[in-house]
Amino acid sequence: MEKWYLMTIVVLIGLTVRWTVSLNSYSGAGKPPMFGDYEAQRHWQEITFNLPVKQWYFNSSDNNLQYWGLDYPPLTAYHSLLCAYVAKFINPDWIALHTSRGYESQAHKLFMRTTVLIADLLIYIPAVVLYCCCLKDISTKKKIANALCILLYPGLILIDYGHFQYNSVSLGFALWGVLGVSCDWDLLGSLAFCLAINYKQMELYHSLPFFCFLLGKCFKKGLRGKGFVLLVKLACTVVASFVLCWLPFFTEREQTLQVLRRLFPVDRGLFEDKVANIWCSFNVFLKIRDILPRHIQLIMSFCFTFLSLLPACIKLILQPSSKGFKFTLVSCALSFFLFSFQVHEKSILLVSLPVCLVLSEIPFMSTWFLLVSTFSLLPLLLKDELLMPSVVTTMAFFLACVTSFSIFEKTSEEELQLKSFSISVRKYLPCFTFLSRMIQYLFLISVITMVLLTLMTVTLDPPQKLPDLFSVLAGRGGSSL
Amino acid sequence: MAAFTIAAGTGNWFSALALGVTLLKCLLIPTYHSTDFEVHRNWLAITHSLPISQWYYEATSEWTLDYPPFFAWFEYILSHVAKYFDQEMLNVRNLNYSSSRTLLFQRFSVIFMDVLFVYAVHECCKCIDGKKVGKELTEKPKFILSVLLLWNFGLLIVDHIHFQYNGFLFGLMLLSIARLFQKRHMEGAFLFAVLLHFKHIYLYVAPAYGVYLLRSYCFTANKPDGSIRWNSFSFVRVISLGLVVFLVSALSLGPFLALNQLPQVFSRLFPFKRGLCHAYWAPNFWALYNALDKVLSVIGLKLKFLDPNNIPKASMTSGLVQQFQHTVLPSVTPLATLICTLIAILPSIFCLWFKPQGPRGFLRCLTLCALSSFMFGWHVHEKAILLAILPMSLLSVQKAGDASIFLILTTTGHYSLFPLLFTAPELPIKILLMLLFTIYSISSLKTLFRQSFTVIAQAGVQWH
Repeated sequence: MEKWYLMTIVVLIGLTVRWTVSLNSYSGAGKPPMFGDYEAQRHWQEITFNLPVKQWYFNSSDNNLQYWGLDYPPLTAYHSLLCAYVAKFINPDWIALHTSRGYESQAHKLFMRTTVLIADLLIYIPAVVLYCCCLKDISTKKKIANALCILLYPGLILIDYGHFQYNSVSLGFALWGVLGVSCDWDLLGSLAFCLAINYKQMELYHSLPFFCFLLGKCFKKGLRGKGFVLLVKLACTVVASFVLCWLPFFTEREQTLQVLRRLFPVDRGLFEDKVANIWCSFNVFLKIRDILPRHIQLIMSFCFTFLSLLPACIKLILQPSSKGFKFTLVSCALSFFLFSFQVHEKSILLVSLPVCLVLSEIPFMSTWFLLVSTFSLLPLLLKDELLMPSVVTTMAFFLACVTSFSIFEKTSEEELQLKSFSISVRKYLPCFTFLSRMIQYLFLISVITMVLLTLMTVTLDPPQKLPDLFSVLAGRGGSSL
Repeated sequence: MAAFTIAAGTGNWFSALALGVTLLKCLLIPTYHSTDFEVHRNWLAITHSLPISQWYYEATSEWTLDYPPFFAWFEYILSHVAKYFDQEMLNVRNLNYSSSRTLLFQRFSVIFMDVLFVYAVHECCKCIDGKKVGKELTEKPKFILSVLLLWNFGLLIVDHIHFQYNGFLFGLMLLSIARLFQKRHMEGAFLFAVLLHFKHIYLYVAPAYGVYLLRSYCFTANKPDGSIRWNSFSFVRVISLGLVVFLVSALSLGPFLALNQLPQVFSRLFPFKRGLCHAYWAPNFWALYNALDKVLSVIGLKLKFLDPNNIPKASMTSGLVQQFQHTVLPSVTPLATLICTLIAILPSIFCLWFKPQGPRGFLRCLTLCALSSFMFGWHVHEKAILLAILPMSLLSVQKAGDASIFLILTTTGHYSLFPLLFTAPELPIKILLMLLFTIYSISSLKTLFRQSFTVIAQAGVQWH
């Protein structure tokens, strides 16, 4: 494209914001004995480097699963192993078995932050750039603006570079999957998505739309001819990639089962901490977590999740299209987030990525949702002393979206894709013509509420229950809209 | 927040650029800061806790007050805000005190003062005419100039990482230049006089101002061929200019004159004992001179021309600032550097006097004065290159020839600032920001002058 230099500048801005955020504190900094996610990642490097593969997921005297035991699929373990080799080269003390517990130093922080940046640079950022370049029917300037907004999304930056995680790897692979499947490179797309699932099992939130879209494509090509061939090829790709990733763990049945037990801890309960999810909000009024037995909770969440996402998936099978695929990704991920079992607040990122993808289609609603999603992460970020970066990156993101898409001018009913909804309401209430104005006011109210709540949580020291509740409700409100 | 929404929402690109860079500056708050941070904390303490008579005598800390009085008053005003952040920083004995609140206050004060710089850039953009260029916003000279000034790499890392207050000072300078462009000469002169009493490094460009104001303001008309018309000399204008300068200086130095402290103030302002080169050599002529001297002395020792006992002990690269002597080449005195500087700026001054080309000519002369002083001055800091880069930005968006010189100057000048940030966490930041600025400046100026390049190329083809 002719404006390659503008795209380079956008990437450079994204990288600069990421690195400056990483100068701040991380999760669990200076907080023994358990520390936080940063220590968890360091510990996994220690475990994967010093112990044989067979012991990675098992409890033993060398590997105490209570202290940050591995609970992600094998690809995360391999990535940790790779980082551990580099760490050994620089300073073996960082990953020495047992003695490196709680190791904290400036040099080590620099090393860990660099690993996140490199992973991001190799996987997520190229995917975003390529995705924006492949968007159809929009001008080059809009493509670049789109890339800027996606790269500046605060939630991912704050969690990966502040709190400390590697979400950019799994989200990046998922994005490569979306790219592949949208551009008709189905095998590569499904391979990429399998890698995503094998990096973090939460990517299963996105699996149904992939499945339905690819199935729909096979049906469209006709199940007797090319469609069947495609189906077989896809199945083989998926099976092959899973086998490759899980090879060391397929040797014994007990290994596979133990890994699965670590990945899906059904013993833990309907939800943990406070998360912007239906069950958590419901829990405030009716303590379902304590009332209902475990297996009933499981079945209930399962049913609600699948009931809410069924319509979109069926439509996708019958009419596979790129646009439909992206919107189905959003709705499926949202259903899982709202209704599923053991959802963490960080899982909102799995919903945010598909919303970023539809930023160019409905900029106003997407921006609103992304702002609210970042806000819902605030309690977590405040614990890590990331208030300043959160506020600044949120404002930067808002600025980027407003100038790129002129979102306040695009709130007519047609652009909000709510035309059919408002027409049907007008059948009963003929004076319901002010939908767009109402939505603008709601947006303003929600922004003011978020700002006020932020100020309150910073300046006052009351018990945290009330502000969190509002963040929960705000999250739900925004998402339901 | 409401203003933010409105400003951003109406598509006002200038506000968006200014807001964007301000947010970036906020992200740079936790970065490394140099000893200049302690310098300014100390000055806050001195001006807050001591009476005026002590300001230029206080020496508890090694970082004594060495800026003119207006800057001291500025620190005094700041200190009254500082006391709400952390009272402890205002204690003169609290050396190297840097609590998180102190850091926050100091960083925010720099970011806040940059408002003046933003306003000055806005005024400068009004002086640029964007005729004959495309309709696209990003290709307009105003847009490019705004980015080159607001997002200037050198200013970002010197002010918001290394820690200094150059933003609003350059704002004053750019504002005075803009006023001269807008033919509001008295305001321009006043602003420059004020600026001189904030930071006297701007003396480097004072000749340009002096000559221009004398030639183009005090002589109200020219002969048809552009040369000077002696009978159009306006005494009123000269006197009013002199009055402005005098009043500003009186306001600034008056209290110290009354206290008989002027010699002390001047010795603090012009510390000639500090040595020919700064600890980190500014890439100027004397750096080459020193290097040549070093090379010759090594060769001389090897070939036994020199007696090792005669070589002075102080090495020039040891990072200490002290007076020393050269071994092979003649030693350089402050007077010698002054003479060299004057010789270097003479051609541009002559041009400004004999063939004035209006404000644009003045701007060229100013840039040349800044560059000459940088090249031949005594104890030049590498940060002084910004004095040449920022005015040059104004020239670069108007002529293709200036643009190519600007690109060379800015790339090398900015790269010479790299040693200022030597810590590992800041390495990616300086590389990323440098790449950002360099790629933007090269590509945007190339796009801007693409048409004129093709015209020149076509003309060249026709000529043959």
